[in-house]
Amino acid sequence: MRTPDQQRRSRLGTRLAALSLVLLAAGLAAGSDGWSMRELWEMLQHGDAALIVGQIRAPRTLGAWLAGALLGLSGAVAQGLFRNPLADPYLLGSASGASLAVVLVLAASSLTGHGIALATAGAVARLGLVGAAFAGALLGISLTLVLARGAEQTTRLLLAGVVVGVLLGAASDLVTSAAPDALRGKQAFMLGSTGFLSWSACAVLAAGLLIALPPAWRLARALDALTLGEDAARSLGLSLARLRAALVGALALAIGVAVSQTGLIAFVGLVSPHLVRRFAPAPHGYTVLASAATGGTLLLAADVLARSLIAPQEVPVGVLTALLGGAYLLWLLHRRRIA
Amino acid sequence: MSGAMRRWACAIVLCALAASSGAALAQPIVVRDDRGIDVALAAPPQRIVSLLPSLTESVCALDACARLVGVDRFSNWPGSVRALPQLGGLEDAQVERVVALKPDLVLAAPSARAIERFEQLGLKVLVLESRDRADVKRTLNTLARVLGAAAQAAAVWSRIERDERLAVERVPAHWRGRHVYFEVDATPYAAGASSFIGETLAQLGLVNIVPNELGPFPKLNPEFVVRAQPDLVIAQHTNLAEMPRRPGWTGLRALRSGSTCGFEPAAYELLIRPGPRMGEAAQSLAACLAALPAPAGARR
Repeated sequence: MRTPDQQRRSRLGTRLAALSLVLLAAGLAAGSDGWSMRELWEMLQHGDAALIVGQIRAPRTLGAWLAGALLGLSGAVAQGLFRNPLADPYLLGSASGASLAVVLVLAASSLTGHGIALATAGAVARLGLVGAAFAGALLGISLTLVLARGAEQTTRLLLAGVVVGVLLGAASDLVTSAAPDALRGKQAFMLGSTGFLSWSACAVLAAGLLIALPPAWRLARALDALTLGEDAARSLGLSLARLRAALVGALALAIGVAVSQTGLIAFVGLVSPHLVRRFAPAPHGYTVLASAATGGTLLLAADVLARSLIAPQEVPVGVLTALLGGAYLLWLLHRRRIA
Repeated sequence: MSGAMRRWACAIVLCALAASSGAALAQPIVVRDDRGIDVALAAPPQRIVSLLPSLTESVCALDACARLVGVDRFSNWPGSVRALPQLGGLEDAQVERVVALKPDLVLAAPSARAIERFEQLGLKVLVLESRDRADVKRTLNTLARVLGAAAQAAAVWSRIERDERLAVERVPAHWRGRHVYFEVDATPYAAGASSFIGETLAQLGLVNIVPNELGPFPKLNPEFVVRAQPDLVIAQHTNLAEMPRRPGWTGLRALRSGSTCGFEPAAYELLIRPGPRMGEAAQSLAACLAALPAPAGARR
């Protein structure tokens, strides 16, 4: 006989799986003409399907789910790690690191034109925006870890993350004021986009998820122990420093991969664990997995909406997630249901 | 106050105004700007600050370049304006430096944040915005009146029209009626048929894949462009080079056959500035079309 909690967990699991499947189908049907199953059917029978559905819609749809899953996963890890339900996966300096790197690439040409010799500018430009965003996210997190002298003290880590965020943010503002041409590109990156996800992007996202998910899931027990407090966790014989380092590693990888492919998509990482906790309170192992699934479902839903609301125009997907996620958090606050 | 009395009062005020202006040495110049505000100047301005590249270009085209004392950071044509103090951009105009230059007129776009501040500090601000071809003509006329060179505007305008005619003649017949995608930004934002750029393309006989009702610069679903299969793609060089790497965009026949016009930043700026060089812009587009091989097949 299963407990009510277990029933709720498996119910959430099946619902997420079903919703994901429906949304994947919707993602294939939602195109630049709006949302139409019949049109998809017609296209499948004519010649354009391989190009439009196979090369554009399918990777975009799958990629949106995968990126959302990475965000949900890192959100759950971050909130467990910091024992704070408002912790955001971008908190450890990944967002500011990635945007600084992107701005540097965009500004590289005009900066050298201005005579500020950035020795690295040429190399950075060659790396491309994707590589730069990934490296920037990892660098931001490493800088935070160095400042916090490892991941041992939660408060110190949190503070270091905030400081790094402010410093790197200021640095990228400085770069954009010297090279205003980079502003527009920076804004596009900050809003996030799922429009140009290709099969190779999907492969990178899937690899990131495959590498980051197992350790996060297995180490989730440490997060459970942490909810009792650091001393209690230590008394259980857990090597907190090593566990934290491994979790931060998984977090950094997940968020770095997601940011490099889609830019900064707001709120998915913050809201997904909340949704899971609300519908099926569970130990962290389940929360991590379910948050990934929730994140994927959320971002895919936002992507389908972004495509079809005013087709053939698009609403930036990051704006939609921020609007929907923000509205949901407000409602939660109003109902005083925040964990 | 009754209606009749109010009319009387108005008449008296008008008479007084007419008398006082008649008494002044020079006729004051009064123009209505794009905010709907009447800007009055005692005499044609001699120290002008321009905070928009197309307005800088218009002032110079009206032979008043020497009267400019400062420009925004994006103004770069004609070359002589690069020697002037650069006073920031639309959103971050350097108020103190502008005021220190003691301009008798500041030209700005409606979005310039500093407008209110300038007016509080006692500067005259003329707000002008050109979104389409008709606006460019109107802006030129307004500026010419302010500069005391009303006749110049007609000359500049007829030069634009002549350049445009030459450009239209230069477009090879096989490009007429062909479909075009003009990319403004890689996100992707396109220039729609209702934009200023769209008007120029239509003049050259091209059909925009982005219809009027989507507005001047819509953010498109990238799939829309692939499905529209434009015969011609126009963009900045850097964006054009990156297009084949976008998912599915290798399916664009125009990219495969090289029916593309890529522009370097300086040449691209010429295309996107609604100002006195729009005739030249049409010429530059026509030159690209003339150099391209004929597009394959008839339009579906």
